[in-house]
Amino acid sequence: MRIRKLFIANRGEIAVRIIRSAKALGIQTVQAASDADLEMLACKLADNVVNVGPAQALKSYLSIDRMMEAILASGADAVHPGYGFLSENPRFAEQVEKAGLTFVGPRAETIAIMGDKARAREEAIKAGVPVVPGTRGRVADLGEARRAALEIGYPVMIKASAGGGGRGIRVAHNADELEKQLPLAMAEARAAFGDDGLYLERFIARARHVEVQILGDGESVIHLYERECSIQRNRQKIWEEAPAIMLPEATRTALCQSATALARRVGYRSAGTLEYLYDDASGEFFFIEMNTRIQVEHPVTEAVTGIDIVEAQLRIASGELLWLRQEEISLSGHALEVRINAENPTKNFMPSPGLVTGYTPPETQRFDTLLYEGCRIVPYYDSLIGKLIVHCDNRAAALIALRQSIETLRIEGIHTTIPLHRRLAQDPDVVAGTVHTGWLVEWMARQPG
Amino acid sequence: MAIRLIRAPLPGMFYRRPSPDEAVFIEEAGTLEAGGCIGLVEVMKSFLSITDDEGGILRRFLVEDGASVDVDDPIAEIE
Repeated sequence: MRIRKLFIANRGEIAVRIIRSAKALGIQTVQAASDADLEMLACKLADNVVNVGPAQALKSYLSIDRMMEAILASGADAVHPGYGFLSENPRFAEQVEKAGLTFVGPRAETIAIMGDKARAREEAIKAGVPVVPGTRGRVADLGEARRAALEIGYPVMIKASAGGGGRGIRVAHNADELEKQLPLAMAEARAAFGDDGLYLERFIARARHVEVQILGDGESVIHLYERECSIQRNRQKIWEEAPAIMLPEATRTALCQSATALARRVGYRSAGTLEYLYDDASGEFFFIEMNTRIQVEHPVTEAVTGIDIVEAQLRIASGELLWLRQEEISLSGHALEVRINAENPTKNFMPSPGLVTGYTPPETQRFDTLLYEGCRIVPYYDSLIGKLIVHCDNRAAALIALRQSIETLRIEGIHTTIPLHRRLAQDPDVVAGTVHTGWLVEWMARQPG
Repeated sequence: MAIRLIRAPLPGMFYRRPSPDEAVFIEEAGTLEAGGCIGLVEVMKSFLSITDDEGGILRRFLVEDGASVDVDDPIAEIE
């Protein structure tokens, strides 16, 4: 069913991005906005604006009831959830479907399956996709743990079955350490979670974060190759690239094929991303999770493939079958994206909301943003205010273009992470591409002052 | 003893509890130790503790739990 009027259940730069593709397809747009967001850029660009409640996200962008009320009142026939907020909430997708409207994303059932880590891991195993080697369930005693660790390969992480958020994790580098750590881990788990169940998983010390962008129409699935997002702070990506920096060609092929196999297995519809850890040392890759939505870093893939991913989401949601075959997707050049956040990098990334008194976009390069001169960066939501994307023939040229481009971007009135990216763009490790997911934290500890 | 105001260091959402189902950091009329925490301001998905270097008797809160505050807004009176 052709989409005529699209409701954007999100805010900020991604709302602006969605409006751009909707307009290109001749689709009318209705922008959701909380009380705090009525003056945001997306509201100025959309055909209509609907107030969805108070500034607090729980009472507006995260409230299914408020959102559904606004959607139904707006007369929209489709809903784009963006990223974050309700984008991976299967109940929201289900309510949109039940109301007879089009959810621009996968089926609610697919979101539910892939959103459950254990189920997603099961599906991956069934699709023949490598997952981080580990025990399938709990280990009963030390003897079993020893046997399992040999099979998995040291170093291993000892994790509490009831744990989460990084708590209850110990690392053992050999059998001796395992013997010492296991009873301690068990006591800790019992004290912290009231459950001494433990399981083991391979510990990958210096992994890269590599992810595959896929598009599915519910039956066929294609991939748009991979991105690398190894430069992270607190598990937040801040710098992304496409293609991955030093992935051997055979590995790239295997990685992308594994992603389409898993997406095909769950009958994936829409755009999605499968995230992996890639171990440089062994050349192995392991599936970690799937994001069933558009991602912040999608523009680097758009740059190297020439495909508008948001437009693809809208066309698939309209019922079009995939119009591209895998052979038609090719990579051209290298793209970098840096995330500009309203944070003060010299003050431990203290959030920096406020009035933007001056703004000049970068020359020549793509800049996805919510900024305009005189806009207010409100304190209630994410600190991402823009994404600078450069695309050149190769990575070296892209780094040069990034260094030049970032000098032409001017944001006044608030602190931003521009100075951090200025330094990263000329750091020898970044230039050489020898980064891993723990690299940035080590790098920051080395910086003077 | 003089009454002082504790102000918001940043704009955001003010909370009196570490999480919705936990007890408040401090009751009105309660004693705050030097450097003690009276609440949190949520700003751009991070939480900043609001502390007072000197401490004293927390007379009363001037904003509701969960209210939106601007930078330098008075949050509580301390004696």
